[in-house]
Amino acid sequence: MTTAPFLQIQAIEKRWSHDVTVGPITLDIARGEILALLGPSGSGKTTMLRLLAGFETADGGRISVANEDVTRVPPARRRFGMVFQHYALFPHLDVGENVAFGLPKSPDRDAKITAALGLVDLAGFEPRKVHELSGGQQQRVALARALAPEPRVLLLDEPLSNLDPALRERTRHELREVIQRVGITTVFVTHEQDEAFDLGDRVAVLNQGRLEQVGAPDALYEHPANLFVATFVGRANVFRGNAARALGGNGTGVLVVRPERLRFSEAGLPGVVRERRYLGAAAFFLIEGDDHQHFEVLAEPDAARVGARVYVEATRVIAL
Amino acid sequence: MIRLRRSELAAAALTLILAWMVIYPIGVVAVDAADTTALGAFLTRPGEWAALWASVWISLVSVVLAAAIGIPLAFLFEWFDFPGRKTLGSLIALPVVLPPLVGVIAFLFLYGESGFIARAIQAALHLENAPWRLQGAAAILLVHAYSMYVYFYLFTRAGLAKLDVSMLEAAQALGADRRATLWRVIVPLLRPSLVGAAMLTFMTALGSFSAPYIFGGGFRVMTTQIVATKLNGDLPLAMVETVALAIVAVAGLLILRRTEGDDILVALGKGIAPRPRPIRRASVRWLAATLGWGLAVLLLLPHLTLALVSLVPYGAWTTEILPPVLNLANYRRLFSEAERLRPMLNSLWMAAASTAVAVALALAAGWLVVRRRVVLRRAIEGLLALPWALPGTVFAIALAITFSVHAPLQLRFVLVGTAAILPLAYLVRALPLTGRGILAAYRQLDPSLEEAAASLGAGRWRTLTRVTLPQLRPGLAAGASLAFVAALGDIVASIVLYTYETRPVSIEILSSLRLAETGVAAAFGVVLMLVSAVVLGVGARR
Repeated sequence: MTTAPFLQIQAIEKRWSHDVTVGPITLDIARGEILALLGPSGSGKTTMLRLLAGFETADGGRISVANEDVTRVPPARRRFGMVFQHYALFPHLDVGENVAFGLPKSPDRDAKITAALGLVDLAGFEPRKVHELSGGQQQRVALARALAPEPRVLLLDEPLSNLDPALRERTRHELREVIQRVGITTVFVTHEQDEAFDLGDRVAVLNQGRLEQVGAPDALYEHPANLFVATFVGRANVFRGNAARALGGNGTGVLVVRPERLRFSEAGLPGVVRERRYLGAAAFFLIEGDDHQHFEVLAEPDAARVGARVYVEATRVIAL
Repeated sequence: MIRLRRSELAAAALTLILAWMVIYPIGVVAVDAADTTALGAFLTRPGEWAALWASVWISLVSVVLAAAIGIPLAFLFEWFDFPGRKTLGSLIALPVVLPPLVGVIAFLFLYGESGFIARAIQAALHLENAPWRLQGAAAILLVHAYSMYVYFYLFTRAGLAKLDVSMLEAAQALGADRRATLWRVIVPLLRPSLVGAAMLTFMTALGSFSAPYIFGGGFRVMTTQIVATKLNGDLPLAMVETVALAIVAVAGLLILRRTEGDDILVALGKGIAPRPRPIRRASVRWLAATLGWGLAVLLLLPHLTLALVSLVPYGAWTTEILPPVLNLANYRRLFSEAERLRPMLNSLWMAAASTAVAVALALAAGWLVVRRRVVLRRAIEGLLALPWALPGTVFAIALAITFSVHAPLQLRFVLVGTAAILPLAYLVRALPLTGRGILAAYRQLDPSLEEAAASLGAGRWRTLTRVTLPQLRPGLAAGASLAFVAALGDIVASIVLYTYETRPVSIEILSSLRLAETGVAAAFGVVLMLVSAVVLGVGARR
């Protein structure tokens, strides 16, 4: 089942200065796919998004949509919808006028506005002033405004970072639902792994301007390509040398083990429980190994006591 | 590899245009002023030194007087509540609406030796002559104090409104009594506001022309001295005087700036200002209200006087205390006689043209400086702000000298005597006003708004008209209205550069006064005042 790539990014590159460069990055995104750009701040993910939107001009490479080269097409003619981090709603226009901004004058314009607002569950909000809306409502207006002109690609810049945590999870599901109902090809930027995993069909991990790995969330988690991806995506214990050998490694490379893949047993890697963080269903145990390195084990809350000497074995390891 | 972006080229062009208007004429004057005979004349004549010294001390005393009136008023209106506080609070800023020349003639009609007050006292005491003459330094200082306390009043109120009430509570919790809170917390926090007001007052007083021109008599300050020298035809000396005044202005600004300190208030902008405290004691409340309204009447008197005098037909009022006849004859003349209407139209189009160009230049500057962050951004900002730092007379003389010579290779053209020179002079003076307003607004404008418009398919023009300009509107309107009103009422540049054909209202007011047509002069003043008030009102709307 190979889907022809809809949005193609080929060796795209942005040189900010001699030592700060983003790219070259190559990525293919299928029609209707949701791709997350995940990375720490300064990793180049926002630059990538702005290159796609056309706000930055690439110093090399090519971007094409449905086989049309858009690398030099200005943002106004690119037909990419964008939701900005702080939404960038026009404060001097009301909700309806904001949504109408990208729509050409036509008889069905009002119907399109109604439809777009209905899509984000804000039917009847047309006459409202932007500053009267809550953060979540503003986010939905921004989404409706971006989707109303029926763009070819939807770009989202940290779409949930401006919402308080309680609202974030609900909005995440709503966002996913809307995107899937429209079926639009989507690229979004985030620095939160939860968000990337929950929303993205695939996740592209960026670091220092380079693409470290791209893949489905479970592939990234279970088969990280390198130490950066292993530690940035999900919790990870890193073992070297004797400790790695005690867990079944061959002793030459680095061994990465997720906390839930470690368990207490009769033999294996020895250590002392230093701390227990109770989460309800389970608990994190912080263990100090004989080599004074610390690592975490996720286990039943009563699996060990603080101060006890324990042995740990791994059920699954990632050798890098 | 450095690629020369188009915006960098545009910035270079803008810098050159601004430099040509703002710095080049001053440079020409400075070079020409190095004339040894004129320099010698300046250095040896005691009259020159006296005028320079008079400019300095008049300006300093004006600052002190304006502070003494404006600061207590600001505290009163910001911290205490009494009947009529809101209405009075805005009435008190009224002198801003009076163009300097109009304010001066209103004072003349009110407090002058043949003004209402003097006549009333003369009649009441059966005096032979008027009880006083409104002349010399005291008269100038009176006008300055009346018109310039507003700067201290407005700046101090703005500073007080930004004070965080928790800051004052913290001081009290740490054991500071009221006195200590005032001197150790409030005054240091207000310092940037106070220094800002002092700089503005000092510069305005140093550049003040109308008051010394009308009331000075034999008492000369540098601005009137320069114009007198120029009218006498001694251009080399006028140039030396101009440079001397410019040096004093820059030195004064530099000294005042040193006292400004860091702009710490910026970091504290988020606080909640203390709520005005109601005055509880009935007698004190009554006293405050009476004093407040009395003050309002005192402030409004010049405006009312002007309106009254404008209704007195020519020759109808001789020795009576109050005018015997009142009608609209002066206004009728003003609007029916083509030669009377012309100055009005001249002033309107020249002010509109200079404001429009100043707005366009400031918009270009805002885009290049804030959005494109061009290499020359500091130069552009500096050039826009520079005309503020020098008295208007300096620019008037500089333009008069630079643009009376035909030397295209030196970028000098004969503009003096043409319709272009006054708008150019107004434009130079307008640049700091529009530049400040628009640059500040541009800095507050979220760049993603413009990007959002682009991503929704809007081209440059649509983004500019539908998103950028509406967002810049408050700053743009404020700057443009101030620039327009300043140009409309200008006398400083006009008196040096006007021709009969292009004479503006201020010059017409002066010639009406000379012909003893006080009613017409006042009618012009009222029209000027009303137009200014309407324009400023529109400009201040949110």
